[in-house]
Amino acid sequence: MDKVLATLHSLAGKRLVIGVPYVWLLLFFVVPFLIVFKISFSWMQPIQPGYAPLFAWVEETQRFVATLNLSNYQVLLQDSLYLSTFLYSVKVAAISTVLCLLVGYPMAYAIARCGPSTRNLFLMLIILPFWTSFLLRVYAWVGLLKTNGVINNTLLALGIIDQPLTLLYTDFAVYIGIVYSYLPFMILPLFSNLEKHDLTLLEAASDLGASPMKAFFKVTLPLSMPGIVAGCLLVFIPAVGEFVIPSLLGRTDQLMIGTVLSAQFFSARNWPVASAVAIVLLLLLLLPILLFQRYQRRELEAAKR
Amino acid sequence: MNNRGWFRNGMLGLGLAFLYIPILSMMVFSFNNSRLVTVWDAENSPTLRWYVRLLENDQLLGAAWISVQIAAMTATGAVILGTIAGLVLARFGPFRGRAFLSAMTTAPLVMPEVITGIAMLLLFVSLEQLIGWPEGRGMLTITIAHITFAMAYVTVVVQSRLAGFDDALEEAALDLGAKPATVFFRITLPLIVPALVSGWLLAFTLSWDDVVISQFVSGPGSSTLPMEIFSRVRRGVSPDINALATILVLIVATGVVLSTLYMKHEEKRRLREEQMARSGN
Repeated sequence: MDKVLATLHSLAGKRLVIGVPYVWLLLFFVVPFLIVFKISFSWMQPIQPGYAPLFAWVEETQRFVATLNLSNYQVLLQDSLYLSTFLYSVKVAAISTVLCLLVGYPMAYAIARCGPSTRNLFLMLIILPFWTSFLLRVYAWVGLLKTNGVINNTLLALGIIDQPLTLLYTDFAVYIGIVYSYLPFMILPLFSNLEKHDLTLLEAASDLGASPMKAFFKVTLPLSMPGIVAGCLLVFIPAVGEFVIPSLLGRTDQLMIGTVLSAQFFSARNWPVASAVAIVLLLLLLLPILLFQRYQRRELEAAKR
Repeated sequence: MNNRGWFRNGMLGLGLAFLYIPILSMMVFSFNNSRLVTVWDAENSPTLRWYVRLLENDQLLGAAWISVQIAAMTATGAVILGTIAGLVLARFGPFRGRAFLSAMTTAPLVMPEVITGIAMLLLFVSLEQLIGWPEGRGMLTITIAHITFAMAYVTVVVQSRLAGFDDALEEAALDLGAKPATVFFRITLPLIVPALVSGWLLAFTLSWDDVVISQFVSGPGSSTLPMEIFSRVRRGVSPDINALATILVLIVATGVVLSTLYMKHEEKRRLREEQMARSGN
């Protein structure tokens, strides 16, 4: 190992190799966020590029003038629309994440306790929908949930209901959409955790007189916490900013923050306010994102022999 | 099988039904003759009329062609950059800025797409103002944005594949006097071929599937297939989209099954070769 390192250290090209992904990510991932941050303090401008420069050379006074504009953030604080939208997005994402966990945990558990060949088959079945278009899978639910959609037609035909239920354009539809789209992201980290459990621990618990239920809550569940946290973060973080699912399935009287952000951007064409929304959303998600990064780093280090 | 076993497998069955019923329903209704999409017209169905209509829709076909090109370029770019990043993180040991590189490669995995989309667009607008590049927005800007988030996935795949191998082989080759570049191309690269294949496919799918980021960074005349589909389904369900979905699902299912079989085959071959190498000693 030391020899490898020594050789690589001496290698003049090493820096070059590191530099390629570094420069790419700096330019196309980090710098864009700095620009968003900068523009969130700009005044809106009706002409291209849609925002006034922060620093300008003023001819009359022969000076650089910086105009730092906090009004975009004031708008967010004062307009109750934004606060309620943020709260609603967090609520929807949190409820969907819990539902996703409740659906995904038993599935991951069942797969982890299968024989190796059936296990691979089930894993493939879980991942397969992920490879097909996300958009089309969300769209499939429109056909199922519509007033004259498949679910209502079936329930009516079976005589379970006499009036079609309002399913589409509700909170319920958004929960279903998120659980449906993000389920693989919940199941996979749970599975990779549950698969590694030492089953003799459960035997020991049962030998000591614990009921299977108690053994599950005292042994399996605590051991699977890292998988639960990872799965929940993988669902929660993107779900807060979700745009496609609420626009196709969600309510029209209560928007989610992703929808508001793109409306500010594309319809109102107010780029500075849209940037401020993006910055606040990012700050809101910073802690979960850092948590996820810690988990990811541990996972990859544990994979090393 | 005890009671808990039944509960477990029951939940698994229900979960799989939940995953597949919407897709199957879409496929079934793609053969429905009725315009009403979800009302089955038993007399005149099944029919292929929506498939025929789809093939006549030049707008969708054109968008599909644009998407294929962008996805192929994205996948190739993401595999090159992601492999380098994965190699650097897994094999280069500690260096200054390693933690930052690692953070930059995992953040795109969870970043909400609207944030990435707006950030990318504002970058392109600012760059164009500053240096006049990229001129306007279109396939190039979409591809750059896609490479950036897709390479994060490839990095994870490559990094965990490399973490699963110890570097004894690489070390031995270096001891025997091979140049680091030779070691990479003759030993490391062949070892991670399965990761490169699945990384390429993953990046292709991510790009092919993306609607939100594309919407932000696309320009006139560069509507991708998901963008076309999105603007159609926002206006309501339409039967030809069901037909399109069916075709896509069948292509993907075939692809996934074939690549899974290929990976299994490769894995077996590798194990056999390792065994032969051992027994040869």
